[in-house]
Amino acid sequence: MAQIESYLDWNATAPLRPQAAAAMSEALRRWGNPSSVHRRGRAARHIVERAREPVAALLGDVDPSAVIFVSGGTEANHLALIGAGRERVLVSAVEHDSVRHAVPTAEIIPVGPEGIVDLDALDRLLGADLRPALVSVMYANNETGVIQPVAEIAAIARRNGALFHCDAVQAAGKLALEAGAIGADLVTLSAHKIGGPTGIGALVVTGGIELAPLLRGGGQEHRRRAGTENLPGIAGFAAAAAAEIADYERVAALRDGLEAEIAMTARDAVVLGAAANRLPNTSAIAMPGVAAETQVVALDLDGVMVSAGAACSSGKVGPSHVLAAMGVAPEIAASTIRVSLGWSSSEAEIDHFLRAWTALYRRCRRLAEGARAA
Amino acid sequence: MTSILADPRPRLSFEPVVNTPPVYLDNQSTTPVDPRVLEAMLPYFTEHFGNPHSTSHAYGRVAAEAIERARGEIAALIQAGPREIVFTSGATEANNLAIKGAAHFARAHPENGQVRDHIVALQTEHKCVLESCQELEREGFTVTYLPVEPDGLASLTALEGALSERTLLVSVMAAHNEIGVIQPLAEIGALCRSKGVLFHTDAAQAFGKIPLDVGAMKIDLLSISGHKIYGPKGIGALYIRRRPRVRLLPLIDGGGQERGLRSGTLPTPLCVGLGRAAAIAGAEMAEEAKRLRRLRDTLLRNLARRVPGLCVNGDVEQRLPGSLNLSFPEIPALTLIEAVPSIAISTGSACTSASVEPSYVLRALGLPDTLANASIRIGLGRFTTAAEVDFAADALAAAANRLTRQEDIPT
Repeated sequence: MAQIESYLDWNATAPLRPQAAAAMSEALRRWGNPSSVHRRGRAARHIVERAREPVAALLGDVDPSAVIFVSGGTEANHLALIGAGRERVLVSAVEHDSVRHAVPTAEIIPVGPEGIVDLDALDRLLGADLRPALVSVMYANNETGVIQPVAEIAAIARRNGALFHCDAVQAAGKLALEAGAIGADLVTLSAHKIGGPTGIGALVVTGGIELAPLLRGGGQEHRRRAGTENLPGIAGFAAAAAAEIADYERVAALRDGLEAEIAMTARDAVVLGAAANRLPNTSAIAMPGVAAETQVVALDLDGVMVSAGAACSSGKVGPSHVLAAMGVAPEIAASTIRVSLGWSSSEAEIDHFLRAWTALYRRCRRLAEGARAA
Repeated sequence: MTSILADPRPRLSFEPVVNTPPVYLDNQSTTPVDPRVLEAMLPYFTEHFGNPHSTSHAYGRVAAEAIERARGEIAALIQAGPREIVFTSGATEANNLAIKGAAHFARAHPENGQVRDHIVALQTEHKCVLESCQELEREGFTVTYLPVEPDGLASLTALEGALSERTLLVSVMAAHNEIGVIQPLAEIGALCRSKGVLFHTDAAQAFGKIPLDVGAMKIDLLSISGHKIYGPKGIGALYIRRRPRVRLLPLIDGGGQERGLRSGTLPTPLCVGLGRAAAIAGAEMAEEAKRLRRLRDTLLRNLARRVPGLCVNGDVEQRLPGSLNLSFPEIPALTLIEAVPSIAISTGSACTSASVEPSYVLRALGLPDTLANASIRIGLGRFTTAAEVDFAADALAAAANRLTRQEDIPT
């Protein structure tokens, strides 16, 4: 019998939604270059322009022309931080690497023990230096799911004359977002985290600010992003965005059940950021004394797929900068795995995870006791 | 793999619709995905959807292995090694990365206290090369925009004269997107190597259509596009020589993918598609070039016989097999294009085709505005049939003659 597999790594990438597959099939049939003047080009252009609406709608009432299609979240973050051209860039200590590394001179905004931005520190940092600034803070963290007080961050930025960029890659599609409530001038979105294809994302310029392009060339995307548009990618992104926000209350219940079960099984297990407002699908769980890589490999052997942090760095060793910034003890951080669910996650998958996790936990504890006894 | 996901995995379906009207003769602009390419891509949209960087579990590993296979297929087509290929979102990004990445590295790493801060590019390069150069000029670099000969080819003497000790990089398009001419890459490469200058070539139009050998041609950086070779849009690659090592600073940093040169989750299906498209193009290149050349020559013969004064822009011999750029005397190109709605053709680069300005490329060839404004670009491709070519010749010749007669009528 083939082994049962449970995919619980949705924050790394989500499976393609059927609606996205259908839209991409249709776009592949209309394969023209959207910049061409002839009718094949015009048909392709139509797909691109129509696609802006559902993508903009991920952020509520936003003008579709605010959407710039790019190759993904990483590029969108770079376009925002570099393209805005502000002398100072301030990023939170728990940002994704694509934000942390976009500008080498970026200043770090500290976070508290739950991973939430220290608002007073942000205000002080902005007030201490009056050069034009941009603040970049993610909506929700990819490793812990912790949600930031974005509206307050936006207010502080605005009060200090700074722009606010929000990386909403992990939050979009899981929560109903409202651009007005977020208050950001620039918002990053990614398709493959919401059931669209990889290779496509968007920067939404809600503030009407000028951006210097990162990629120069043809005049695509109103001269803000050159390069022939990824037509099927854009169509798939739009279809995934238009799909109803699935029942994340159900997902939250599954996740909460999982955490409760673990708390009962293992008194020493820790859920990071548990006291904070979190995404409904994410759980960062430490099994103290057992290296995260060991857990991930052992769970994989049992057919359960999770990760030891962000996928892009999961091949690398070294502690998570997110957990370090939260002040998590290094031995706890080194034993933390990320479990992330999605709209089609089932109770059977959670049970599968719990069986495998519990078996591993008991095996490791028996080994540790054996070592002590000997 | 079996899964206990509650929902069945979605299916992508696709029936190739390539030979439907209008007759598509704009294959330099973009090409349809070859059904064989799509077939290779489909499983990576659905059952193998894992993040290729999540190598701790099976879903990620399956994706990562597919990407490495594709990297090998791309490298093989230009006689490079797989580790010399970096995936990008397309040729525009590859060109931006090659030029700005090399320049920014040179600025950060002076050689013996001397910064190489000079770049040479042809006046006829693609917009994304020219605009990358202009951005560097604003940053303090110097750029020489080298004129071309009337046939569109670079003059090696002029190129040699433009090089100095400060020259960092030469960028020359391998095969031209508007006029189709193929540059003497091996000669340019040898010249650059002898002067210690990096040689970058934008091969978006050439890759998969003519033989390219980065070793023999001494190419250091080579830009590749997926959607010009019957692969998907949204994917391209940059070849970056390892021996001697070419160093670049990344444009897009973050997760550290692609050995730190290009961060961002790799789109597995698109990478697989580019790999398969490269493999097919390589296997069929010789036969396909012969077929396209035959079709192109037939088209040109039929048109020249019936349209007096028709001229071919760009060198007639050194050109891509399926590519033609023609001036129809006295007929504005847009008027001609509008008169033949049954054919999809363009005046030039799609990126600028909505512009009414005459092509800067044709101006660089020395064409007067009247002829530059009267020129159209024709690109035959893998799915173009002999019947379509005959139809196009008839339609274009009839329209041209009708429009000329109308102009002759005194008002």
